[in-house]
Amino acid sequence: MTLAPAFFYLFAFVTVASGFMVIWAKNPVHAVLFLILAFFNAAGLFVLLRAEFLAMILVVVYVGAVAVLFLFVVMMLDVDFAELRAGFIKNAPLGAAVGLILLAELVLMIGFYFVKPGAVVSATAPIAPGVTNTEAIGRLLYTKYVYFFQGAGLILLVAMVGAIVLTLRHKEGVKRQSIASQVARGKASAIDVVKIAPGTATVPPPAE
Amino acid sequence: MAEAWSWTEIWQGYLWPLLLMAFWSVLLLVVLLVCVAFLLLMDRKVWAAVQMRRGPNVVGPFGLLQSFADLLKFVLKEPLIPAGSDKGVFLLAPIVASVLALAAWAVIPVNEGSWGRWVISDLNVGILYLFAISSLGVYGVIMGGWASNSKYAFLGSLRSAAQMVSYEVSIGFVIITVLLCVGSLNMTDIVNAQQTGVGTRVGLPGSALDWHWLPLLPMFVVFFISALAETNRPPFDLPEAESELVAGFMVEYSSTPYLLFMLGEYVAIVTMCSLTTILFLGGWLPPLDIAPFNWVPGIFWFMGKVTLVFFMFAMVKAFVPRYRYDQLMRLGWKVFLPLSLVMVVAVAGVLHIFNLAP
Repeated sequence: MTLAPAFFYLFAFVTVASGFMVIWAKNPVHAVLFLILAFFNAAGLFVLLRAEFLAMILVVVYVGAVAVLFLFVVMMLDVDFAELRAGFIKNAPLGAAVGLILLAELVLMIGFYFVKPGAVVSATAPIAPGVTNTEAIGRLLYTKYVYFFQGAGLILLVAMVGAIVLTLRHKEGVKRQSIASQVARGKASAIDVVKIAPGTATVPPPAE
Repeated sequence: MAEAWSWTEIWQGYLWPLLLMAFWSVLLLVVLLVCVAFLLLMDRKVWAAVQMRRGPNVVGPFGLLQSFADLLKFVLKEPLIPAGSDKGVFLLAPIVASVLALAAWAVIPVNEGSWGRWVISDLNVGILYLFAISSLGVYGVIMGGWASNSKYAFLGSLRSAAQMVSYEVSIGFVIITVLLCVGSLNMTDIVNAQQTGVGTRVGLPGSALDWHWLPLLPMFVVFFISALAETNRPPFDLPEAESELVAGFMVEYSSTPYLLFMLGEYVAIVTMCSLTTILFLGGWLPPLDIAPFNWVPGIFWFMGKVTLVFFMFAMVKAFVPRYRYDQLMRLGWKVFLPLSLVMVVAVAGVLHIFNLAP
């Protein structure tokens, strides 16, 4: 496969460039759109690593759902750019500190790779032939790591319940549609047959 | 590169497969777009027939060339870009919408002959790819609505974002129930798994009773309705509800950008029709696997079934009134989501208890 490096450089370049544009773009919506492009190209990198399942899940979950909600929120915000710029100098040391920590970790990782190149590769076991990527992940996730998997699910459930509890408000006096009672309404309760004598214009009140 | 490049190697290794792939892709796209043109006409004709009108009948015999006349009209008109719009995103949105809709067709198999599978890319995770691409379809709408810098367009795109994300959830669960019965994420395997089923278990020859629509009937209905909502078709066309939002997210679009939006929408509808065909209606399998039926090439059965599903889409458009937005959300989150979640558990349980899982 001579084409794989070419595609690797394409995806990697676009990922890094769009990651750079996320922080460089003046308009926050453009920044989110570049973030989505970065996600998409990261999925391309996963495909090159033969992790198709992870690539597709990345697109479905991050690009298709999380980033949509992100974009949804950012689009509706009325962002004041002058105010944002004012906070830049104040928060710069914090940002620089986070950046330095990340840089140090990256240097450690890459340095480790140069000192002992085999160690990183041996951390991943090769997939047995004849087993698809999806199946391999499923076997590992539902056997060896099943408790961690369930635990992660529980944490997400608690987070979801928490978000609902925080935002749920029961307003008094709001009219709500009850489809069940609408459907249950029959001829007897919905129609009043009223006899009007000829010549009288007034309608008698409905019998209770 | 240590070894020298030889031209035959480059030709056989790269150029020839590339040319072949380009040829098949162009062939698929041309056939698809011609089919979409006639399905669009069929949509309008069915709609007209329900309302006792004639529908388009001027251009060509029976109005058959109406879609091509519309294409020429859109292409020759002047594209207007609103002054307050974000020009880049404004023009990118329809391209994203149409390219994503067409990209989904890379994994849709239309037949399996004795000389191989009729599909551009026979991916292992084909159905996931399709699901991923269709979940990206919302970006065309959101970007278009935001970049237009108009109230109606923006409201339309917000509605659409919430709607498409909601119904994707139930579509995902329906796909999972089908996958539980198939045991593979490959689209061709999904169709081939429907060669045996309820009908063959009671001793009948292969027939329409084997397909997934029968054992998974509630899911078939959920999938069909969710597909309507996912593609913004009536009665769920709230993003472009003309009585409230003029034309929703497309209101500022004209000429070719508008054409691209409409093309993307109809291609997405045809994609959903073929996905319904593949998941539930046996793809290219004949409805009865005996002499006169299995002589017909599978591609015709596939196209026939897609047309049937599209006819149902068109009929729904013609005789169901538009939903209110809160009813739409109630249907998606309070009816379809619990129903499909219970069905995933029930199908998995039945497959496990009766030892039917593949």
